[in-house]
Amino acid sequence: MSIELKNLTYTYMPGTPFEAKAVDDISVSIKNGEFLGIIGHTGSGKTTLIGLMAGLLKPTSGTVLINGEDIGKKGYDRKNLRRHIGVVFQYPEHQLFEETVYKDIAFGPGKIGVPGDETEKRVRHAMALMELDFDGIKELSPFELSGGQKRRVAIAGVLAMEPEVLILDEPVAGLDPKGRRHLMQLITRLNSEGKTIIMITHSMDDLAENAQRVVVLNGAKMVMDDVPCKVFSNEQVLRDIGLDLPYVAKIAAGLRSKGKTVPQSVIRLDDLEDCVTKMMGKSND
Amino acid sequence: MIKNVTLGQYFPGDSIIHRLDPRMKLLLVIAVIVLIFMADTLVGNLVVLAFLFLTILLSRVNAILVLRGLKPLWFVITLMFVLNTFFYSGGTELFSFWVLRVTEEGLHNAIRLAVRLIYLITATTMLTLTTSPIALTDGLERLMAPLKVVRFPVHELAMMMTIAMRFIPTLLEETDKIMKAQTARGAEFDSGNVIRRATGMVPLLVPLFVSAFRRADELAFAMESRCYHGGEGRTRMKILHMRYPDIISAAVVAGLIVFAAMGY
Repeated sequence: MSIELKNLTYTYMPGTPFEAKAVDDISVSIKNGEFLGIIGHTGSGKTTLIGLMAGLLKPTSGTVLINGEDIGKKGYDRKNLRRHIGVVFQYPEHQLFEETVYKDIAFGPGKIGVPGDETEKRVRHAMALMELDFDGIKELSPFELSGGQKRRVAIAGVLAMEPEVLILDEPVAGLDPKGRRHLMQLITRLNSEGKTIIMITHSMDDLAENAQRVVVLNGAKMVMDDVPCKVFSNEQVLRDIGLDLPYVAKIAAGLRSKGKTVPQSVIRLDDLEDCVTKMMGKSND
Repeated sequence: MIKNVTLGQYFPGDSIIHRLDPRMKLLLVIAVIVLIFMADTLVGNLVVLAFLFLTILLSRVNAILVLRGLKPLWFVITLMFVLNTFFYSGGTELFSFWVLRVTEEGLHNAIRLAVRLIYLITATTMLTLTTSPIALTDGLERLMAPLKVVRFPVHELAMMMTIAMRFIPTLLEETDKIMKAQTARGAEFDSGNVIRRATGMVPLLVPLFVSAFRRADELAFAMESRCYHGGEGRTRMKILHMRYPDIISAAVVAGLIVFAAMGY
């Protein structure tokens, strides 16, 4: 499933003193199976951009093409869109509402017309993915759970819809280190199984390790759209708009300033390890 | 989704009307309401109209905004006008149609009532357009201060109003977020019959209530940790002062009331 954004603009409260552009003339195309990261500081339009991608907001101008079809066109089946694009919003645990965990996770599948027995299979599978104990908590109220469990139940609710494209808005914000690691592993696994992943995050490290492409937003405009190692080689640009480098890139830059040769493409821990091992091999000779 | 909500319809500005003391503004609105009911003649009504016009002009608020304040009430105004025109008993008949009789007095009465209603709404709209909700509750608290003698919880009431108003935009934003999240999960809020629509609101209302209670809890914590303990002994950062414009505006309104009382 491909998503193509063409000259998208979104204006909040047009015609009032509070008018503001949240997304300004952005064009991006996302290929099937891609892992796209979106970065930018608070208020740069990231969340609005994913709202537009998922067809939850109507652009002020510009078009969103999904598999080549304009979703703003009259008669386009928006309901169908929900089957293909899943969205995990910021603090998804705030969207829980059902009496039991099972019912909450089954809500999405039910709405898109998944039959009952298939739903149970999907709920089981989604809960297993999120490392939730199906028999142990399915009858509990989601409000009885701990914060981390609530988050996992909410994400399971989106996964149970089995979308081809998964959009995540800061999914690891506020999680403990173990929760973060697990969730990032799950996301990369889903990506390797063929799901398209679009993720907003403030963790440059997560993107350096996993993303195939990074889009940088600043003040509603797109500043960069490139592979991670290219994006993270523009240290000054990133710093100027309030962002940072992944820690591996920082170490690499530190080594470079000490006269070592480390290629710009080194932004992942594995690559840095190889590089350092080679360096040490040389100095041992 | 939820768009273009102008809240408490306050229109920020720095005009002479905006700067009037909120206490004075509240009192003046009450006085103007009395004036509107006293003005019975054509001249009296025109004077009130001129006064309201002058207020709008001085406040530099877009007149369209004031008219928009009338929008939800057009129906009531029209209904009142129609009922009064057709169901006024007695008077000289102008013309009749089927069972309906239109009399000169009836028509006169209907026009008077409709005009009064429009004036009333305009006057109160001007108050909310030019006074921030915070200033309004502040003024209200001060005006009701004498009620403390009879143990009426004036401060608590004002604090509750302030907090409620402060959280309206926050809750609207929250509603918007939850709506989007549930829409992404396939929920629909704007289709189906009444019952389906009502049950469709559950995925929106439950999280909204949960978050409202959570926020209330957190706010109470935050206030207490900043030593809030009710109104007793509390001082203010912004102390309200009556200034010349307040006195002048009071004099103008008082003059108009005397003018109306003299029979105009």
